[in-house]
Amino acid sequence: MADNLKKTVVDPLSENNPITIQILGICSALAVTVKMDTAVVMALALTTVVAGSNVAISMLRRFIPGRIRMIVEVAVISTLVIVADQVLKAYLYDISRQLSVFVGLIITNCIVMGRAEAYALQNPPGLSFLDGLGNGLGYSLILILVASMREILGAGTWLGWRVLPQGYVGNGMALLAPGAFFALGLIIWIQRMMTKKFETE
Amino acid sequence: MDLLSLAVKSIFIENILLASFLGMCSFLAISKRLHAATGLGMAVIFVQVITVPANWVIKRFLLQPGALAWTGIPALASQDLSFLTFICFIAVIASLVQLVEMIMDRFFPPLYQTLGIFLPLITVNCAILGGSLFMMERNYSFPESVVYGFSSGAGWALAIVTMAAIRKKIRYSNIPDGLKGLGITMIITGLMAMAFMCFSGIDL
Repeated sequence: MADNLKKTVVDPLSENNPITIQILGICSALAVTVKMDTAVVMALALTTVVAGSNVAISMLRRFIPGRIRMIVEVAVISTLVIVADQVLKAYLYDISRQLSVFVGLIITNCIVMGRAEAYALQNPPGLSFLDGLGNGLGYSLILILVASMREILGAGTWLGWRVLPQGYVGNGMALLAPGAFFALGLIIWIQRMMTKKFETE
Repeated sequence: MDLLSLAVKSIFIENILLASFLGMCSFLAISKRLHAATGLGMAVIFVQVITVPANWVIKRFLLQPGALAWTGIPALASQDLSFLTFICFIAVIASLVQLVEMIMDRFFPPLYQTLGIFLPLITVNCAILGGSLFMMERNYSFPESVVYGFSSGAGWALAIVTMAAIRKKIRYSNIPDGLKGLGITMIITGLMAMAFMCFSGIDL
């Protein structure tokens, strides 16, 4: 049983990572990773929402009629996202301005819906919480990797601290949209080379 | 800003997929086949044109500070319901998509046959909700929101159709094992985003 619990949390970190393997939630992973601080805040917000919505939906799973389950899930998720958004606006106003619409877009982030559909509807609240936590952390891991690559290459800093020497000229492309696509593409490549699990097209 | 430059800007310069990264999930999943990509692209344009103006109306007459003044009740006139934005927008989108699907099925069966299967997918496409949220953040007027809805949808459709065409060709090339599928798609999207950045020099 203890093994099972650990597997629920650890699996999504690499073997079954929501972004690189399940291909969920890519939009926000790319948009908020220009700088480390926005990425960390977004990762925290998403992890809280996934864990929370998994618990709520799993507790409601016996009462939700199958035909309208999508709309119930969306209602639960958007309530949690509103709470997260209000908290961010109250305590981290600057960062919430930079994240702009992307906090709201957690609602349509496929990870949240995907985990609710695929896991929380069949499993008890405790396990669903762990599953949400694991998937949130797997998402956070990729977000932090992409953001580190982009901030270090683009500005020579990491979380605001200078890591590359003063004379380093920032690579503008890393900060713009293409840099995000390339960074994620490379991470996927490295991960597939390590796990040896390839797609056949 | 006049409407034509808004249209050009949101199709090419600030493409909703390539510059704001919205709608990536369905973009990656559906771009494998050209036919399906065209259908989904059309459906996104269609839904955007309806939902962005509809949400503009919701925002203007229900959500923004003082929006309820038209009711004439003084207690309501000072209310600010903007914290309900997300849940209202997503409810409007979900129910409009459902409604459009039903109307199409009843009155335009040929259209339903082409677009119908894509409509349920669209509710959870973040380009749709994102379009409405951008409309709110940038304070568009009503005509602007109609144009923005159409052209952001058109920009998305342009990107997915192009991508599907590229992926059709790339099937015959020799890609490193680890990059097959998702990896190479991300890199190509990056290159496309770079190509679209050439437009960013245009000053409108």
